[in-house]
Amino acid sequence: MGSFLRSLTPDQQVSLVFVVLFGLLLIASGVSVVLSLRERRLMDGSDTEDVSDVRTLHLQDNQSLLRSSWIMTLVFWVGWAAGDHAALVLFGIVSFFILREFISLSPTRRGDHRSLVLAFFVVLPLQYALVWMELFNLFTVFIPVYVFLAIPVVSALGNDPQRFLERNAKLQWGIMVCVYGMSHVPALLLLHFKDFAGKTAFLVFFLVLVVQTCMLVQHIAARGLRRPVAPAISDSFHWRSWALGLAAGGMLGALLAGFTPFKPLPALAMALVACAAGSFGHLVMKAIKRDRGVTHWGLAGRSVTGTSGLLDRVDALCFAAPVFFHSVRWTFDL
Amino acid sequence: MNLRATVMSVFLLGLVRLLTGAQARWHGCPPKAEQRIYFANHQSHADLVLIWAALPQELRSITRPIAAKDYWTASNFKRWITTEVFNAVYVERERKGDEDPLQPLVNALESGDSLILFPEGTRGHEEDPQPFKSGLYNLAQRFPGVVLVPAWIHNVQRVIPKGEVVPVPVLCSVTFGEPVVLGADEPRADFLTRAREAVMALREV
Repeated sequence: MGSFLRSLTPDQQVSLVFVVLFGLLLIASGVSVVLSLRERRLMDGSDTEDVSDVRTLHLQDNQSLLRSSWIMTLVFWVGWAAGDHAALVLFGIVSFFILREFISLSPTRRGDHRSLVLAFFVVLPLQYALVWMELFNLFTVFIPVYVFLAIPVVSALGNDPQRFLERNAKLQWGIMVCVYGMSHVPALLLLHFKDFAGKTAFLVFFLVLVVQTCMLVQHIAARGLRRPVAPAISDSFHWRSWALGLAAGGMLGALLAGFTPFKPLPALAMALVACAAGSFGHLVMKAIKRDRGVTHWGLAGRSVTGTSGLLDRVDALCFAAPVFFHSVRWTFDL
Repeated sequence: MNLRATVMSVFLLGLVRLLTGAQARWHGCPPKAEQRIYFANHQSHADLVLIWAALPQELRSITRPIAAKDYWTASNFKRWITTEVFNAVYVERERKGDEDPLQPLVNALESGDSLILFPEGTRGHEEDPQPFKSGLYNLAQRFPGVVLVPAWIHNVQRVIPKGEVVPVPVLCSVTFGEPVVLGADEPRADFLTRAREAVMALREV
């Protein structure tokens, strides 16, 4: 098996991963269709509506998770097939949409308009342009140093002192998570490793798979656990399920070491770092959502819009990517 | 519609969807091709564009927005886009002479079109819409067969505040509510208050 994999070209290896992924998704979709058919039969036959309601809800939850997995995988596949720079543009578009979701839920005032224009139409494209030109030193400091100083200046020129600090903090957070965090995912594609040319897509896979596995395991393990750590913020965050998620993510990372430039032990460490950042990031985003009084970024049930939140799906990734990127560059001295 | 107008309309739809999502939410009535008057809150000139974009394609072609004549005919481009792309009906905001300002609306309704109306008359600056003007009542009385659908336009004023040129991406939606019916002997003031409340009730749906 191992020697067969090594005999393939990098392109063939990546293609193989996609074949496996799409295969898994097909199986999952098949199972979900069978389950929903059986559900319908059960509902026809039984009077216990409460039970079937709960089950239907679970099923819907799973189906929406499945749908977003399909979309994510398709996006990755298109990104890979069209080349690194097309992937970069794709991630830029994702950044745009999640920043839009974030801003929609943070009440801004008229004085913020120019800062918002700056964020969407100058900062976002510039950040991705810096990745495109592989100016990695500038790209890691561009937002935290230059943009964070420029945004309040533009806001101050807007001549509105009301809740000034709060408004600026919201905007800066939005840029940090949605633009800075997200832009580190495609940046991984453009890193130059020795003996790893053409295979940087595996780094993105590694990051996404490890973090998503961690989140999934954490989510499943939390079912049935009581007394969450911070009940006002999250019903599902428990130290035990968190540790389980981290362990699962780390194990997967070590197993996938062969696909990455890391040895198994460093791969485990990298995975743990990414998972810790991702799971805590998810918790932080939950706190922001609670502050705004919503459960999803897209505001599924409320009056702004009916679209489901894209930011809900990628928030963990937005926190994990910069930490992971920095650890990789630091370890390999790139 | 000529080619230039078609291209413009496709471009505008794409732009509005990219910036705002232009989500339509039907609460209380389905999107249906019957003769209707949609009446909504008014906070920005972009309201007209958003509600136009939020309607499904089939309804968009039979629904004509009302546009303030002094603003939307101020330049050749604005005049072109309102007549060719939005197929708007112009109204005077100031009454001039003996002419009935509702006459263009009456003509449109008589020829079977649906309308998009902003009964506040002018753009509001407050959270709550201003009291409705009587045009809606008069039309409802003259055309009892036309269905009156309230709508709440959410967030548009954040996309492009007054005096700004560049729009900002913020998710917006239009919520359409249950149709309002004019009672047999309902006084004008009561009906207008009821209609305004029907619009405001959609804010929290």
